[in-house]
Amino acid sequence: MFDWRWDFAFEILPRFLQAMLNTLAAAGVGYGIAVVLGLVFALAQRTPSRIVTIVVRECVEFIRSTPLVLQIFFVFFVGPQFGIRLSPWVAGMIAIGLHYSAYLSEVYRGGLDSVPKGQWEACTALNLSTTKTYFRVIIPQALPPSLAGMGNYLVGIFKDTPMLSVIGVAELMQAANGIGGSHYRYLEPYTMVGIIFLAISLPAAGLIRVFEAWMRKKLGMN
Amino acid sequence: MEDMSQYPLELTGPDVPMVRFMNVTKSYGALTVLDSLDLDVSEGEMVTVIGPSGSGKTTVLRMLMTLETINGGVIYVDGKPLTHMGKNGVLVPADPKYLRLARSSIGMCFQHFNLFPHMTALQNCMEGPMQVLGLPKNEARERSEELLSMVGMIDKKDQHPSRLSGGQQQRVAIARALAMRPKVMLFDEVTSALDPEVIGEVTGVIRKLVAEHNLTMLMVTHQMAFARDISDRVCFFYQGKIEEQGAPESLFGNPQRERTQQFLSAVKAAD
Amino acid sequence: MSYWEFLAQNAPRYLDGTLVTIAQFFLSATLAILVALTAGLMKMSRNAAVRWTAGTYIEIFRGTSLLIQLYWIFFVLPLFGLTLDKFYAGFVAVGLNLGAYGAELVRGGIQSVPKGQWEAAYAISMSPAKRMYRIILPQAFLNMLPPWGNLMIELLKATALVSLISVTDLMFEAKQINGSTFLSAQAFGTALIIYYIFARLIVTPFMRWLERVMARKMGRA
Repeated sequence: MFDWRWDFAFEILPRFLQAMLNTLAAAGVGYGIAVVLGLVFALAQRTPSRIVTIVVRECVEFIRSTPLVLQIFFVFFVGPQFGIRLSPWVAGMIAIGLHYSAYLSEVYRGGLDSVPKGQWEACTALNLSTTKTYFRVIIPQALPPSLAGMGNYLVGIFKDTPMLSVIGVAELMQAANGIGGSHYRYLEPYTMVGIIFLAISLPAAGLIRVFEAWMRKKLGMN
Repeated sequence: MEDMSQYPLELTGPDVPMVRFMNVTKSYGALTVLDSLDLDVSEGEMVTVIGPSGSGKTTVLRMLMTLETINGGVIYVDGKPLTHMGKNGVLVPADPKYLRLARSSIGMCFQHFNLFPHMTALQNCMEGPMQVLGLPKNEARERSEELLSMVGMIDKKDQHPSRLSGGQQQRVAIARALAMRPKVMLFDEVTSALDPEVIGEVTGVIRKLVAEHNLTMLMVTHQMAFARDISDRVCFFYQGKIEEQGAPESLFGNPQRERTQQFLSAVKAAD
Repeated sequence: MSYWEFLAQNAPRYLDGTLVTIAQFFLSATLAILVALTAGLMKMSRNAAVRWTAGTYIEIFRGTSLLIQLYWIFFVLPLFGLTLDKFYAGFVAVGLNLGAYGAELVRGGIQSVPKGQWEAAYAISMSPAKRMYRIILPQAFLNMLPPWGNLMIELLKATALVSLISVTDLMFEAKQINGSTFLSAQAFGTALIIYYIFARLIVTPFMRWLERVMARKMGRA
């Protein structure tokens, strides 16, 4: 680090802090979409209709098996091709939300499958409607085992926000690129971005592990 | 720190026991499992160790196999220290290299067999001789096939463990241990994980070993009738010490100590 | 123009890009496996310094974005004297990043081998190296295969990022084609389909086949 210039680093720090808020917002919104949409995908794969199940399954697999960065480009550029102009932010949120909803639907699927069969049978015996069965009995029990996976993907989504820079979303990576490009100095911007990510994702991952252990104790080693 | 000068660098003289536990202590933190244990096993002797759980009986075997470290005292095998080595005229804890050499004269069979699942029965037996003793392949195979015949598993030599019943696996495990030509054989509850109907297969092999070979053996078991039948001596352990020991007829037939009597009657009641 | 005309016209460029992506995939995968094995074993060492070194590598590469690592290796490393051509920077970054995740899988695979296996190998006086190589790793390998299957898919997807430092892979070509034809749905859609075919119809079935072969070798057919 012989060429590190602290004065430059401090000079550009404020821009990173602003960009970080954008990054966190992007991660938050994207995750919010993914959490809800993921549940839709998971439940859609449990309908009695075989066609719906298979189609949804293939869509989820398609999204999970293809690069997020390519999906971001797709969503951003396809709109204008058919007359819909999407801002980089909206396109980014849709792409990230969709991508992570596919991951989360798999997490939910695991959680739902882990609920003992007897629970479903009890609901039938009590004549509970499907909606009530899901929302009052099944999902609450599917939630604890899913929390670990959900936590991991929250950290994952945060780490994937730099991909939004490719369509111009003003998050951390974009800020670093901009600073690097205009000042012709890449060492400080890229290193600082790396450190900021570490500073957030490492404690977050640690917190999730603590939370997971706490949850397991609370449920009696479930 | 214990004063190690009280322990000889080597056991000499006539009648050197094959195994000697000298003042052996083992503790896990605050819990003492073996308490200044003195135990001798003569060459060719078959000793059965019995006792309630937590009495330290399995620990005795595991320490002899050096699977557990020692906290006090010394264990000697065939006159030479096992857990320690001589340095500048005094015994110091053995380093890994010395341990590996020293324990090569001990063989062990486990409660859960621990056969290598990715190898056939024959390959399991050949593994030690080839990889550790450096035997050429055909010699290792000859030895292994001989042993597999002895335990009655020769026709299953090319099967993987997953295809064998518990009794069959345990017999292969015995052959595997014997392939290393140990001086001392340890049997750690080798029938406890077996269905009742196949226990006889394994005890039959051990019987054969006792009858036909001069191997020194230590066995931990709950099979009291079997122990009575084939042992030269039975040791009853209680809370890390030998409570009572003697020939099977006297220990089982006429136990002197109260705790021994309690244990034996509890076991009989459970039968 | 119809989609078929579009395909016919751009097929050569897609093919070129796909070949580069395949190369990046195999090179990154090889590096990732080597790194994962090394770091995973290091993390289980009794030496604290060795453990700490591996741990630091794993935490840094798992805790930051692949994109950041890629840019850092390509733009910043030259300042320390190590200049990598973009093709190399690409698969080195992807390999190091996914190797960090793989290291945890290696550790998990080894730790899931029953303790009795270690004791049995110990009881026949096997040296630690032989024990690891002949007894533990073969069993750990089979345990590791399912999550490694997922990791291989992640690796394939990760290679798309190298296009951002101008490596002419499938993603790069798709962007070029989009730039010249403005047929975004076709341009990017075709690329998506090609990635999907690779993931679902080539990588995943291969990993499943590998699982079956290894299971049979372990007598667990």
